[in-house]
Amino acid sequence: MNKFTVSGSPHIHGDESTKKIMYGVVIAMVPTMLFSIYFFGVDAIRVFLIAIVASLFFEWVIQKYLIKGALTINDGSALVTAILLALNLPSNLPSWIIIIGALVAIGMAKMSFGGLGKNVFNPALVARVFLLVSFPVQMTSWPKPTPITDGLADVITGATPLGILKEGLGAGKTVSELTPELPTYTQGLMGEMGGSMGEVSALALILGGIYMLWKKIITWHIPVSMLLTVAIFSGIFWGVDPEHYADPVFHMLTGGMLLGAIFMATDMVTSPMTKGGQLVFGFGVGMLTILIRMWGAYPEGVSFAILLMNSTVPLINKGFKPSRFGKI
Amino acid sequence: MGILRTFALGGIHPAENKLSSNAPIETIAVPKQAIVPLGQNLGAPSKPIVKKGDMVKVGQLLAEASGFISTPIHSPVSGKVFKIDNAIDGSGYKRPAIIINVEGDDWDESIDTSTNIVSEITLDSKEIIEKIKNAGVVGMGGATFPTYVKLMPPPGKVAEFLIINGVECEPYLTADHRLMLEKGQEIIIGTRILMKALNVNKAFIGIENNKPDAINHMRELVKSQNDIEIQTLKVQYPQGGEKQLIKASVNREVPSGKLPIEVGCVVQNVGTAFAVYEAVQKNKPLIERVVTVTGKAVKKPSNLLARIGTPIGELIEFAEGLPDNTGKMIGGGPMMGKAITSLEVPIVKGSSGILLMKKDESSRRTESPCIRCSKCTYVCPMGLEPYLLSAASKLSNFEMAENESIMDCIECGSCQYGCPAGIPLLDYLRLGKLKVGQILRNRK
Repeated sequence: MNKFTVSGSPHIHGDESTKKIMYGVVIAMVPTMLFSIYFFGVDAIRVFLIAIVASLFFEWVIQKYLIKGALTINDGSALVTAILLALNLPSNLPSWIIIIGALVAIGMAKMSFGGLGKNVFNPALVARVFLLVSFPVQMTSWPKPTPITDGLADVITGATPLGILKEGLGAGKTVSELTPELPTYTQGLMGEMGGSMGEVSALALILGGIYMLWKKIITWHIPVSMLLTVAIFSGIFWGVDPEHYADPVFHMLTGGMLLGAIFMATDMVTSPMTKGGQLVFGFGVGMLTILIRMWGAYPEGVSFAILLMNSTVPLINKGFKPSRFGKI
Repeated sequence: MGILRTFALGGIHPAENKLSSNAPIETIAVPKQAIVPLGQNLGAPSKPIVKKGDMVKVGQLLAEASGFISTPIHSPVSGKVFKIDNAIDGSGYKRPAIIINVEGDDWDESIDTSTNIVSEITLDSKEIIEKIKNAGVVGMGGATFPTYVKLMPPPGKVAEFLIINGVECEPYLTADHRLMLEKGQEIIIGTRILMKALNVNKAFIGIENNKPDAINHMRELVKSQNDIEIQTLKVQYPQGGEKQLIKASVNREVPSGKLPIEVGCVVQNVGTAFAVYEAVQKNKPLIERVVTVTGKAVKKPSNLLARIGTPIGELIEFAEGLPDNTGKMIGGGPMMGKAITSLEVPIVKGSSGILLMKKDESSRRTESPCIRCSKCTYVCPMGLEPYLLSAASKLSNFEMAENESIMDCIECGSCQYGCPAGIPLLDYLRLGKLKVGQILRNRK
């Protein structure tokens, strides 16, 4: 009899949706994807395709047969994880290892916690670290980027700039002695250096970051506080002893710093809810990254730093509340 | 023009959709039968003093106040009391109402029905408050809090500023906008009456920047009067929330759990100021009000001066009928209004608008998991964490909800409006407020 809908207010809804956010992140990753295809060629396409197909498949299978919940394969979150995973891998990684990575990311890091929104750790990073400790050889042989326009030359592998630095300093060399082996700032900005597929071009990553800021997918708090911490902390050591510590710009442009700051640390699910908490989170990530880079066993520390800080998020959320209206 | 005044935390900007802002106020015919609910104010419902078969005139007392936070109700029509019975109202429930079969339009002689404007205020503060109390004036913005109560600060509290709310931040609604354009002079006199009642020397009238004609008109009216200032406010929802408006106008924050008088402010709606003018200067009780009838499919979006007790169906007819694809009827605006179940529901003192939503606008989104994007926290004008409060309510953890200040929620709906996962956050928050409220009352 009653033909009118009855529901509580509000009766209108903004145009935000989970899908829109997830595909916004995908769009933001497009420049980086294009750069990695430009530098690593057909192999990069292979890594992307395998990561995407495997991740979507595991998402679907687990959702349908294990969780038996509504299918979430279309919401874009598995696609984001897949691309982030691919960006964290070397382009010459054997296909079967990529598939294991996808299973770890989706199955272990995401679905075992209950699926979208419930995971504590960034799924793509869990997979990266899992692969790094399980397949250290394959995960640290980095193909030298060769522009696709140069034709299909033989792939030469080499160390990452951070690897060269760590090894060189460990062997007693000074930074100025190592400089000829390290990329110039321009090379770093454009991506002409060894590394995983998403760690090459700073420019492409920054472009994606600007897009996400514009679309309000991320706020500036985590990237800025993380990068500022890195700059200040590495700057102090470089200022005191430039022969044994690399300069802040080098730290910014190399390794997973920008990929981490823009795409990984800003992951909504695994970062703090308030802007104050996000500043603390970014500070923690920056600090831990530099500690690992300078004194850790691994040349690169962004992944470990983000994962470690992921585990502190519930605590940060408790400690950092928004400023309440009318509470002094 | 520098940075516009606004509140500090959160806020959203939904599509304004002020479809009826150019429609002048039209008077709608008196209905054949008026349904006058007894519960028209926040607080205790009124107590009827007429009985079945009594003849009443327009403005005659029908029901008296039944407590401190209660108001009398006057007959909006003339005729015979048909019955006092339960009738469906805006809440969706059947509640006691006085139903009057209308005969003619015979006004009580004590009411000044002429159109001339009386600007000289002869009564003193006490007399004004008494008059407002007896005229049954309530907050016309929708909250329906008895106006006279706000004019009597508790001992030890002094009012410094009167703030008149002409914000109308709800999308679609234009009743206050039209009232300012067409009854601006009366609103200013009403403001002066309220100032005298409160014994304050300064009043602000806050109007959102999307009503430049109203701002200019009101400014013109108070030219060379320094004690009433028209403030242009940024278009930002919920700018018209009492606490948000005080923050924007005088940059003071009402402490959690306290009333505006705590920071020396009293806020009244422009519609209330107009009702105060009529009550004090024209001896006319609150028996009619301006109601916006609007919606994207409505043929003639209108602003109508309607008697209390007129079924909303008659207002919709005036706006050229209920569109075929109407899926939802809302009493009030789209952000805080209530869904109405029947065309028989009468206009009451707190009705600011009737919004008809098309079928495709009427359903909610499918809920998906929270992705912890924190957008609800960013937009909350009270600095709360809606995701956390709704989760606490869902899990019946009302202790946590209380500790996380759930009672400060003003139910503006900004969190739910922007939730990408389509979670009905405000449903859970209302549930939590209800339960925590019960717990607090039991503790006393």
